[in-house]
Amino acid sequence: MTDDKGLIVLIEDEPQMRRFLRITLQGHGYRLVEAATGHEGLTEVATRNPDIVLLDLGLPDIDGIEVTKSIREWSSVPIIVLSAREQEEDKVKTLDAGADDYLTKPFGAGELLARIRVAIRHSEMRRGGSEESVFELDNLRVDLSQRQVLLNGEEVHLTPIEYKLLSVLIKYAGRVVTHNQLLKEVWGAAYKDQTHYLRIYMGQLRHKLEANPAMPRFFINEPGIGYRLKQNI
Amino acid sequence: MEEQRRDPDELLAQLKIDEERERQGKLNIFFGAAPGVGKTYAMLSAARQKLSEGADVVAGIVETHGRLETEALLEGIELIPRRPVEYRGAVLQEFDLDAALARKPAIILVDELAHTNAPGSRHKKRWQDVFELLEAGINVYGTLNVQHLESLNDVVAQITGVVVRETLPDLVLDRADEIELVDLPPEELLQRLKEGKVYVAELAERARKHFFRKGNLLALRELTLRRTAECVDEQMQSYRQSKGVREVWPAAERIMVCISANPRSVRLIRAAKRMSSGLRADWIAVNIEAPTVVKPSESDLNKLSEHLGLAESLGAETVTLSGHKASEEILNYARTRNVTKLIVGKPTHPRWKDKIYGSFLDEIVRGSGDIDVYVITGESEEPVLRPAPRPALRRWRKRDWFLSFGSVASCTVIAGILSSQVSPVDVAMGYILAIVVTASFAGRGPSFLATLLSIAAFDFFFVPPYYTFAVSDAKYLFTFVVMFVVAFVISNLTLRVREQANAARQRERRTAALYNLSRELAHERGLERLSSAAIKHISDVFSSKVVILLPDEKGSLSVPFTGPDTFALDQRELSVAQWTFDHRQQAGMGTDTLPGAKALYLPLITSTRTVGVIGILPDSSVSTFTREQIHAIESFATQAAMAIERALLAAEAEQMLLKAETETLRNTMLSSVSHDLRTPLAAITGAATTLLRKDVMIDEAAGLELVQTIQEEAEHLNQIIRNVLDMTRLEARGLTLKKEWQSLEEIVGVVLNRLSDKLKDHPLSAVLPQDLPLVPFDPLLIEQVLMNLVDNALKYTPVGTPLSLSASVDENNLVVEFADRGPGIPQGNDERIFEKFVRGVATGGGIGLGLTICRAIVSAHGGHIWAENRTGGGAAFRFTLPLGGNPPQTEQEQDMDEDA
Repeated sequence: MTDDKGLIVLIEDEPQMRRFLRITLQGHGYRLVEAATGHEGLTEVATRNPDIVLLDLGLPDIDGIEVTKSIREWSSVPIIVLSAREQEEDKVKTLDAGADDYLTKPFGAGELLARIRVAIRHSEMRRGGSEESVFELDNLRVDLSQRQVLLNGEEVHLTPIEYKLLSVLIKYAGRVVTHNQLLKEVWGAAYKDQTHYLRIYMGQLRHKLEANPAMPRFFINEPGIGYRLKQNI
Repeated sequence: MEEQRRDPDELLAQLKIDEERERQGKLNIFFGAAPGVGKTYAMLSAARQKLSEGADVVAGIVETHGRLETEALLEGIELIPRRPVEYRGAVLQEFDLDAALARKPAIILVDELAHTNAPGSRHKKRWQDVFELLEAGINVYGTLNVQHLESLNDVVAQITGVVVRETLPDLVLDRADEIELVDLPPEELLQRLKEGKVYVAELAERARKHFFRKGNLLALRELTLRRTAECVDEQMQSYRQSKGVREVWPAAERIMVCISANPRSVRLIRAAKRMSSGLRADWIAVNIEAPTVVKPSESDLNKLSEHLGLAESLGAETVTLSGHKASEEILNYARTRNVTKLIVGKPTHPRWKDKIYGSFLDEIVRGSGDIDVYVITGESEEPVLRPAPRPALRRWRKRDWFLSFGSVASCTVIAGILSSQVSPVDVAMGYILAIVVTASFAGRGPSFLATLLSIAAFDFFFVPPYYTFAVSDAKYLFTFVVMFVVAFVISNLTLRVREQANAARQRERRTAALYNLSRELAHERGLERLSSAAIKHISDVFSSKVVILLPDEKGSLSVPFTGPDTFALDQRELSVAQWTFDHRQQAGMGTDTLPGAKALYLPLITSTRTVGVIGILPDSSVSTFTREQIHAIESFATQAAMAIERALLAAEAEQMLLKAETETLRNTMLSSVSHDLRTPLAAITGAATTLLRKDVMIDEAAGLELVQTIQEEAEHLNQIIRNVLDMTRLEARGLTLKKEWQSLEEIVGVVLNRLSDKLKDHPLSAVLPQDLPLVPFDPLLIEQVLMNLVDNALKYTPVGTPLSLSASVDENNLVVEFADRGPGIPQGNDERIFEKFVRGVATGGGIGLGLTICRAIVSAHGGHIWAENRTGGGAAFRFTLPLGGNPPQTEQEQDMDEDA
């Protein structure tokens, strides 16, 4: 647990939350820099070149969305947003502004660590430029180079759109992808308000790939925000 | 002086008046005998005095008539600019009431209170402007000449021979807090007149000469002094009364004056006023609606209403009585009202009329008993108009004339056939029958014609020599006369009965309408229904359009309800209505205030407040309302006002109840929440403190259990807080739905994923049909519904019992069912469980809000949620969501393989 897993900048105004996160994250081998305000946080991110940023949405000085936009102007460091339940709209806006993932308070340490791991892995992959060509999750195997989808070893026929949707989700596997983002990447910018397309095609994917579509194991719906393809079960 | 205890009611009433007076401004009147005595000068001097004392004095309107010494006094006093009013091409400079009200000085100077404002002004008279100023708490200094006083108007005319047109009611002088007599000996006044220092615009040159004679001036001076003395005496009286000094007058006098449309009535009214002020007595002006008159002419009605108005403006109570015998009615009414003095006019008709009809005066005097009767000359400065020739005004229909001819003709035919068997006397009787028949259906004219025709026919056909109008036997002449008199009297009586019946019907119609209105109002509930009922009735009875205007919190009026019987108000009419509301006085058409308005506006006043204004716009057929009609409208308005107040009180009570309920709810919530929050908190604190203590040895398993407790209880707390927050949000601003075409399957997936830990002990089967359509709903809220239902089942069903979630589609709805195999719902509680803070017997925390939130969300979506017990045990919760038409389609696409 002493090996260095990376540097995290935590932008959070509440001391209790900072204490909890400090203990948890340091206990898991991360180095932590704390900032109590947005301005302070921006300075820390700019000077420390962190591996990941944890950003609280309810900051006293600047809006979390503004912080995200500022960081995105010069850095692609993964940003995970911490928010309360009532801030659905802010969450979506922040995600669309470039944040990578979000967590709703209260959350458990396990969940937080999992998200951090996913985010760091994605950024490493991006930097390394090597995207894996095979995605495996339990009994699902997708060969991206062959455009082949296997469930329990048997090939599943997907329509082009279904496949494209699946591949986008695989690209961000483990992270939430907002409705906007999905519609833009799969159908194009003109479709960004046609959320019913997503409902229909996600339903088709579930019916083709999930054992019980009403209790999905792979495709996690985040109501009001987007979808997440699990990275592991 | 002997002090005496006063009646508490009287004291209270006095206190109320005093309070009202305290709030209002004070009125100082500079009172003079004639123009030129120096009233304006005196007023300005007083104003300067106040100004030097530091008071905020402003000149509202002051007529200096170019006199230098007066103008010099005005210097340094702030002037309110006059308001130019265009009238018939000329521009009149009028007092600007609104500017004065806006300026709101401590003291304002208003010259010549009796001045008549230019048409189009808010009030007819300047003194009404002054009253509005007083109402607004502004002190007023005003000037007034004695000849302008209404009650002395006729006396002045008698003395000087000049009729002064601009008058003002005595109540203005009575209202004055201070009267300053401005006195000048006649010689000096005449001297000033000679020097050209007196300006008299309103009198023509000749009249002026006539007016300013020493004798006149002396008489006017005496009148002024006397009137001032009366006022001072009154003040003395009220002072003595307020100090509890015993009343000097043993019994209250009450005066009654009988008036009619006759112009002489004006004099009677003024006499009654003078007498009543002399005796400090109440007085009543009575008019008799006599059915003997066929139908009062329009001009008579207007005159009468003018007289009643005059009496009212002089402080009388006005009453209209109806009955066949005027004298009896008057005396009866006088007795019921304990009248002590009765004033009637001297008869002007010839003596023989009394012999025939009986003398009204004689009947009054004989029947008066202990009531003193004053008979006052009907001399009048105005030429006495002969009562309009009434029959000429009445148009009889052709039918009536035919009836007249027909009845006489048929009588003649029948008598001709039977002539051998009947005597001439019988024939005469037959003709009288024909006349009576005519009189009972037709008017006076046809009856009279029938009388003449009957006599002619009788003479022609049945009196020898036959078929000529000659009469051989003189005794038949006597028969003719008797026949004529009998026929005339009978027809008159018949007509009178008929007209009386008509008058009674008219009254009854109004009474019945009023009764109907009050009955309907008593049955109706709710402001809108009450208002429309009142509008309908009033519009029916007075053949007019009616609106009811109600104020908002700030007191500005608007028309809340419109219908076929209402009319639209433009800005001008609305401002008239607003004035009516603000001043609690009638305004608009036919009144003295803003008479230019199209409609008449009456305040809806109840004992406690003004609830609104009623506006009445007569149909084009009715040009204006008579005073009597206005009185009738007033009683309708009173009914409406009471009903509206009742509705307002009911609404207020409801508001209070709602407030109380919310308060109770808040308290229940608070106590419930604080209890429910404390339980998990206690567990967390306990576990944490145990873990923190170093002296207690805990093995790893126990430690883990404590940590688990902390985690579980924290989750529990989170859920409670979430529900409470949801509820508060629901209550605070209702639900705002973000509906989108959603898939139920997705939402079910979310819920099951989220609750997967908890569901370990409850096998849940979720089977949804493959082809469920997309349905419009708010995903977060429906997720909340499902979460709460699952939570609920986890809380109330034993571990290991299965749960099932299913859905189906009926004609219009998506039906979702969530069922358990728990203990079911206690008998009769299937509705109650959706209420706030209702919890089941089983424990497990929660504050009884879950299902309430479910119901709120489902109803907001237009669906319905209910619960029932399942056969074989357990409960089933079902809710519906409207399908909302056809879901949007997506483009078809081909399979990937074919594509490849």
